[in-house]
Amino acid sequence: MKIKAIALNTFREAIRDRVLYLLLFFALASLLFSRLLALLTVGDRVKIVTDVGLAAISLFGALMAILMGTGLVFKEIDKKTIYTLLSKPIHRHQFLLGKYFGLVLTLFVMLFLMTVIFFVIYFLHALKIEWSMLIALFYIFLELCLITAVALFFSCFSTPILSSIFSLAFYLIGHLSWGLETLFKKMSPGIGKVTARILYTFLPDLENFNFKTEIVHHLPIPPQILFFSTIYGISYTVFVLFLAVLVFRKRDFI
Amino acid sequence: MATALRIDNLHKSFKTGFLLQKKTILKGISLHVDQGEIFGYLGPNGAGKTTTIKCVMGLIFPEDGDIKLFDLPHLSLKAKERVGFLPENPYFYDYLTASEFLRFYSQLFVIPELEKEKRIEDILQLVDMKKARNLQLRKFSRGMLQRIGLAQALLNNPDIVILDEPLGGLDPLGRKEIRDILVRLREEGKTVFLSSHILQDIEMICDRVAIIVNGEIVNQGYLQELISERILFTEIIISGLGKSDLEELGESLSTPGGKILLKIHDEKKINSVFRLIQDRGGKIHSLTPRTETLEDLFVGMVKKK
Ligand SMILES: Nc1ncnc2c1ncn2[C@@H]1O[C@H](COP(=O)(O)OP(=O)(O)O)[C@@H](O)[C@H]1O
Ligand SMILES: [Mg+2]
Repeated sequence: MKIKAIALNTFREAIRDRVLYLLLFFALASLLFSRLLALLTVGDRVKIVTDVGLAAISLFGALMAILMGTGLVFKEIDKKTIYTLLSKPIHRHQFLLGKYFGLVLTLFVMLFLMTVIFFVIYFLHALKIEWSMLIALFYIFLELCLITAVALFFSCFSTPILSSIFSLAFYLIGHLSWGLETLFKKMSPGIGKVTARILYTFLPDLENFNFKTEIVHHLPIPPQILFFSTIYGISYTVFVLFLAVLVFRKRDFI
Repeated sequence: MATALRIDNLHKSFKTGFLLQKKTILKGISLHVDQGEIFGYLGPNGAGKTTTIKCVMGLIFPEDGDIKLFDLPHLSLKAKERVGFLPENPYFYDYLTASEFLRFYSQLFVIPELEKEKRIEDILQLVDMKKARNLQLRKFSRGMLQRIGLAQALLNNPDIVILDEPLGGLDPLGRKEIRDILVRLREEGKTVFLSSHILQDIEMICDRVAIIVNGEIVNQGYLQELISERILFTEIIISGLGKSDLEELGESLSTPGGKILLKIHDEKKINSVFRLIQDRGGKIHSLTPRTETLEDLFVGMVKKK
């Protein structure tokens, strides 16, 4: 109940942020651009629209998650609205979770808007709707939930700019770390292999949420992979939120 | 009488600067506030008032010491349900209107749904903000923010209200209005704890005070007891005498209109002054014994430090 009140207020605050609309604008521009690109190329135009469209939604969604996630808690501390809020009978973790769910709600709405536009553009092109794309979009949403948690975690102890850089690094590493997996599988046993393996275990692998290729090329996705990605996303998010609460609980607000 | 707030041996330091040097701000603060009184927490700027209050509200964690609200641990939700807090220079979500803001905060308490709207109405009435209810907080003046801040502190009908410099930055009329509200809260049986560096504010409404200087409590008690009734000096305004006649009796000062202001520190000399005036045919315009004020006490304490 208290978490819900804070979440709704966070949502109300977030949807007034101009940065959000700037990113939304760029996302829509990219979607339109994908159509233009498709018209100019030979080959499978529908694939290009799908590919560029999903990539744009994923990228701009992540940027929204990072900028909102790192900004909103900091603002609350910076403007000292947190003083009265935390003096109310709420636990600090309730405040943090309220912020988190408010952000997730905001991202859900933004993702929904982008999806609607994307489907319209896709329909104009293919004259049909490919519902299987909702699977890819669902996993993009899971990824955004994780990135929001990471952004929130960093903003619990550093400034928005630093937190944004850290979160962006998390995003990039997360999309490149699968290389490590390939690497350690090819390496001969030894110290190097163990290191690569340990690194891979702890570094995020955001490619687990990437089903663009499968959707674009109509490849079958085994259900156990979908199941694994869901569990991976939820447990990673819960873990990061838990760390954020640990840091936030002991923090001085000065 | 039951204790509303008890602070025992509170220590807090901050790490400052590039080298993170430790700077001790609170050096063992102890005080207790009885239920139903207005308690003044008095001290010059930078003494540690805000730091103490932040510890009480659980915004920062002291290194040492114990804080109890109504004999409950101060961080327990049960204790927080009974507290209202107004920070120094309050600032609130500027995109909300006054009533949206109060509605949001009311959801953080256990208040029956049906009662919420009525509670908000009553409080808007109490702080005289009914006209501004649909105005966004960004358009609020300093005084209006202070009043809406007081409103959010009173939403849960708290047993103790903790206010950090509630009269700061207000004009005399605004100050009087807030003071009146605080006195009304005491009449309702609530406990009020307020900090201030302005003596007049505290002197006018407080039952008891604690004086903090440089992170230490230097004095604490009932106002009447802290300020002795001892007469410091007597001021007499006289005319018809020359300044030179009065030299031995005390400090004299010429005032406009040919009068002389005589400041006598030794009570025994007052009679000699009377005699002198009778002999010379002078005139007494006024005689004022000056007792110690909170200001004297305060200045004395700060000087001693
Ligand atoms: N975050 C901080 N870091 C370092 N020093 C601080 C911090 N906050 C306050 N101080 C210092 O602590 C002292 C007490 O501050 P404060 O409690 O705000 O005083 P008051 O409210 O009585 O004016 C001041 O000397 C101030 O400079
Ligand atoms: Mg202060």
